[in-house]
Amino acid sequence: MTNHHEEGATNGAEIHIEVEDLSKVFGPDPESIVPLLRDGVSKDDILARTGHTVGLRDISLRIERGETFVVMGLSGSGKSTLVRCLNRLIEPTTGHVRLDGEDVLALGPRALRDVRRHKMGMVFQRFGLLPHRTVLANVTFGLRVQGVSLAERREKASAWIERVGLAGYEQALPRELSGGMQQRVGLARALCTDPEVLLMDEAFSALDPLIRREMQGELVRLQQELSKTIVFITHDLDEALRLGDRVAVLKDGFLVQVGTPVEIVTRPADDYVRAFVEDVDRSRVLRARDALKFAAPHATERVEEALGRVAAGATLGEALAAIADVGGPVAVVGRNDRVLGVLDGTTALRALTERPEVKTS
Amino acid sequence: MPPFLTQPFPEAWRIPLRGWTNDGVNWLVATYGDVFRGITDTVLLLLVRVERGLAALPWWLVVLLVAALVWHATGRRVWPAVSLAGLLVLVGTFGLWSQMMTTLAIMLIATLFTIVLGIPVGIAMARSDRLKALLRPLLDGMQTMPSFVYLVPVVMFFGLGNVAAIIATFVYAVPPIIRLTDLGLRLVDAEVLEAAQAFGASERQTLTWVRLPLALPTIMAGVNQTIMMALAMVVLASMIGARGLGQEVLRGLQRGNVGLGLEAGLAIVFVAIVMDRVTAGYSRRWDPTAKGR
Ligand SMILES: Nc1ncnc2c1ncn2[C@@H]1O[C@H](COP(=O)(O)OP(=O)(O)OP(=O)(O)O)[C@@H](O)[C@H]1O
Ligand SMILES: [Mg+2]
Repeated sequence: MTNHHEEGATNGAEIHIEVEDLSKVFGPDPESIVPLLRDGVSKDDILARTGHTVGLRDISLRIERGETFVVMGLSGSGKSTLVRCLNRLIEPTTGHVRLDGEDVLALGPRALRDVRRHKMGMVFQRFGLLPHRTVLANVTFGLRVQGVSLAERREKASAWIERVGLAGYEQALPRELSGGMQQRVGLARALCTDPEVLLMDEAFSALDPLIRREMQGELVRLQQELSKTIVFITHDLDEALRLGDRVAVLKDGFLVQVGTPVEIVTRPADDYVRAFVEDVDRSRVLRARDALKFAAPHATERVEEALGRVAAGATLGEALAAIADVGGPVAVVGRNDRVLGVLDGTTALRALTERPEVKTS
Repeated sequence: MPPFLTQPFPEAWRIPLRGWTNDGVNWLVATYGDVFRGITDTVLLLLVRVERGLAALPWWLVVLLVAALVWHATGRRVWPAVSLAGLLVLVGTFGLWSQMMTTLAIMLIATLFTIVLGIPVGIAMARSDRLKALLRPLLDGMQTMPSFVYLVPVVMFFGLGNVAAIIATFVYAVPPIIRLTDLGLRLVDAEVLEAAQAFGASERQTLTWVRLPLALPTIMAGVNQTIMMALAMVVLASMIGARGLGQEVLRGLQRGNVGLGLEAGLAIVFVAIVMDRVTAGYSRRWDPTAKGR
């Protein structure tokens, strides 16, 4: 969503949230399960033998400032648990969570409240709005908790309500709004305290497909202006690829892969991820730049044959359309008009149809 | 058959619970007599104030006030307001107006006590599973124990009269409001609570801004049940000296005056209907999940 697509890998940026060896076990005596986790006993075996449920195991992640980090996985894979460990709505069993280098898990109740009030906003799947309060009151909730004066609350909230497209609905009750509008309220509420981090747990999953796409677009648009650090949970691959600068895939509490959307699609780490990405529309995920990698040796160097040009960041679909338009190869142009290579129809079609190999490492 | 199987229940196994209880009650009365007298006087003072206040209101004003209350509680509907106010007028035509005001005063104070004590206990119970496990059998006992059983000690502690009646009514009627406060608080949508937590709300902020408002309809249902149970105690309470409508029912019973008994009984039913509609109305109106009218 930011320009990470352009740069591909994400090295050099500042680490905002760091998760290290994070595990979460649900049950009466989670500590007693930690040795079993170390021994690699499976989630099902642990449940059968001890009655404890493994939510997360040995997760290590580095989330950069300003990136949209998507966590994806099937139901029960631990996505909600992970995002709740970041603001300690769920208390991890072992491990560390660092926000700007500060250990969140070491905070006392008061300091934790302060972090939640000022540094992290959260958006929920079923919105989590106060049903008896107006849109305005819901959006100001975070500021009210902080003890901000009424006038200031109103002013900030009105600005956010307008920004998410709800101007005129300040006095409406949540139940009078459609699902999409309610989630706009949820988004405005989270943004109203101006947090650095936005946690979004399946924020758009309860919405109709059309509204959902609209909200995704809205989030992309807002993020271009705001550059928050967003941790976005979803079980939907298209959403993950559309929004994520990087995507992490969870399975049974394990982290199986972290990478850019293109990496996830073209080099799935195992069969689980492969099954996820098999049916993906690659013409929308891959960029013209990525398609060049599918060319035969030296095929990309014949610059003089190019009949047109496309931007490196254009989708493969757009590149194909350009090729069809001009009736021949096109030059793929990066920053400063630098030509990265020439893309012909054969290469583009190969990029579109080649089955992903499972990365073996 | 061996002889011990045909023996009556062994005398030696007897637990002198009744002796202990009597000793305990006597000891309490002797040791804390002043405390009980203090409570009695305070409640009595309050009762007298409320009763005088009600008696000072002209009857038509009471009827109008009740009509307005019903109108408001039912979401501005005129018909229930008119018909319920009509029921009160009917009680006046039975010649039982002042008795009704006395009963109303006793009811209001007993209800006030159940709310003031019951809601905090319910809140505490919702916060602690251990307290809930502890209180549950006690509440069950309070509700199932025949009320006659505690009429006697209540009289010993607080003397015959309206105060004892209020206390007995309180004991009988307080369980539902405690239970439903606990239930309402526990049923609050988990995601809304998570949201409050995620924005850094303190326990107190969460309770007053989220939990209590969302539990309010359930709590009002508890108030409703409590009032209905309190009204069921009116006749019994008159046996320990409460005045008002219950006393008239009792008088009808003692004198074989069926008509008087019926009139007073109907009056109690009318009061019950009015209070039920008002509290049930607010329970519905304050339900944030229900569609507004
Ligand atoms: N409070 C809890 N008590 C016990 N087990 C829990 C609890 N919360 C989650 N779990 C278990 O932990 C695992 C991970 O749950 P989690 O809710 O994080 O999954 P998820 O990926 O968010 O799934 P979904 O897509 O269904 O929301 C599941 O097996 C779940 O049953
Ligand atoms: Mg979830």
